[in-house]
Amino acid sequence: MIDRSGLYRLTWRLPLLLWQGAFFVVPLCFMAAMTFWLVQNYRMEPAFVWTNWQRMLGRAVFWDAYWVTLWRAALAGLIASVVAFPASYVLAFRMGEAGRRFVLLCLIVPFFTSFLVRAYAWQVILAESGPVNAVLGGVGLGPFTMLNSSFGTMVGYLTLVLPLVVIFQTWSLAAIDRALIEAAWNLGATPVKTLLRVILPAARTGLLLGAVFAFIMSFGDFVSPAYLGGSKPPTLSILIIDTTKSGQQWPRAAVVSVMMIVTLFATAAAALRLAYGRRG
Amino acid sequence: MRRAGDLLGAIYLVALFVFVFAPIAASVVFSFNSDRFPTLPLGSFTTDWYARAFSRPELWEAIANSLLVAAVTSVLATFIGFATAYTDFRYGFRFKQAYLALALLPPTMPLVIMGLAMLAWLSQLGLSGTLRGIIIAHTVLATPFAMAICRLRLSQMDTTLEAAAWNLGAGQWGAMRHVILPFCAPAIVSSLCLTAAVSFDEFIVAWFVSGLNRTVPVMILEILQGNVDPQINAIGSVVFLTSMTLVVLAQLMIFRRRRHD
Repeated sequence: MIDRSGLYRLTWRLPLLLWQGAFFVVPLCFMAAMTFWLVQNYRMEPAFVWTNWQRMLGRAVFWDAYWVTLWRAALAGLIASVVAFPASYVLAFRMGEAGRRFVLLCLIVPFFTSFLVRAYAWQVILAESGPVNAVLGGVGLGPFTMLNSSFGTMVGYLTLVLPLVVIFQTWSLAAIDRALIEAAWNLGATPVKTLLRVILPAARTGLLLGAVFAFIMSFGDFVSPAYLGGSKPPTLSILIIDTTKSGQQWPRAAVVSVMMIVTLFATAAAALRLAYGRRG
Repeated sequence: MRRAGDLLGAIYLVALFVFVFAPIAASVVFSFNSDRFPTLPLGSFTTDWYARAFSRPELWEAIANSLLVAAVTSVLATFIGFATAYTDFRYGFRFKQAYLALALLPPTMPLVIMGLAMLAWLSQLGLSGTLRGIIIAHTVLATPFAMAICRLRLSQMDTTLEAAAWNLGAGQWGAMRHVILPFCAPAIVSSLCLTAAVSFDEFIVAWFVSGLNRTVPVMILEILQGNVDPQINAIGSVVFLTSMTLVVLAQLMIFRRRRHD
């Protein structure tokens, strides 16, 4: 028997454990177990074989997709951080509290709007005969092929991650003690030196978290490489969908998923160590 | 010098906003534009794409599915999110770090992976291809947002308030009903809106598990796999309007009070 107070406590504590246990932890564990199962006559059968792992990891297609995805996501994290930084700087140091909060609230909105429709809009905007090429053509440039390329993919990634990166960066920049910056000025540091020696180290945590989130979101994104990058070369997310949807090879798609999760965990762990570790 | 720098900074910020919001604005503009392949200068004004899109019976079916899924998801996710936020606010216990990790981890998992894992597991339970399956998956994805909003609100609460209610003779449940819940009401409404928006826009997991019960974004995805079709802009503009309204409402609910506190 549990007493009344215990009942009260469990009422609030259990829902998360039950729901996310049954529908988040268990499905992921099941997926990991599934990598050892066999597919026979389009049906999965419990087994313990390494066939799926050997088949997937033995294929050049997988490793090509792996390195392309890793490289592009890392690039997206870097580009997003660099592109976002001046905007975050302006928000943190050149704007009042109220204005900053308003801008950040505006930036949260696209995060919750359909990325699929936004990607479709880019398809139209960047098309061979689309508005951007029309404007460039007006000044005698182009037309440029922007879709079905890594450029298209990157536009998609940046649309997805930029707002979030700006938010992370602005938070950490705005939290820097102004006295620190003024001290650097008073001690004769140039603006560049102040940025490199004072501001960047002090805002390290937010800058790194922004980059890591950009990496994680780009790494798993399916829409940008598929609809703006033309699926060539396929990324890991495209590989998972193709393997799942055609041929019912769920266990092999699961192998790709597990490899992705391991990569993401390793990256996140390394980044967190850097972000929160001893200041160098 | 300072002026010029400020101006440059402002221009940069505007440029970034243009990039982020360009697709949303373009989608709305193109939805009223007569060209099948829009370019500059724009064609003539038309509401034809809306008329065509909304004359499809399967779109209305998808809208009904989406609304149902979003409504149920928002209630479930908000309840679980609130319960979790309250647990974090009120109790300390062993493995609390793991508990909080479980609460906040789902959004970091790539949706394609969630889709595959959900599809495989729900198939085992006989729930794949049903709206219930989509609701289950969306609740997993939306709960962390609900938890974050409720936790934010609780962190603004005086921790002695609940204890004061107990001292005045209220039981645990009474204090919850008369002190905590009223205080969290704006966050709860806000969370209902935001989690509904999360569910309303999610398409990858829904696409994996939906089968024949398509939601609006899944339908958009399937149209997209065919040819360029400006009907997507019309449907998309309605989707944007819906989720942006929900998100802005959510923001107004939690940030409105702050000015007065």
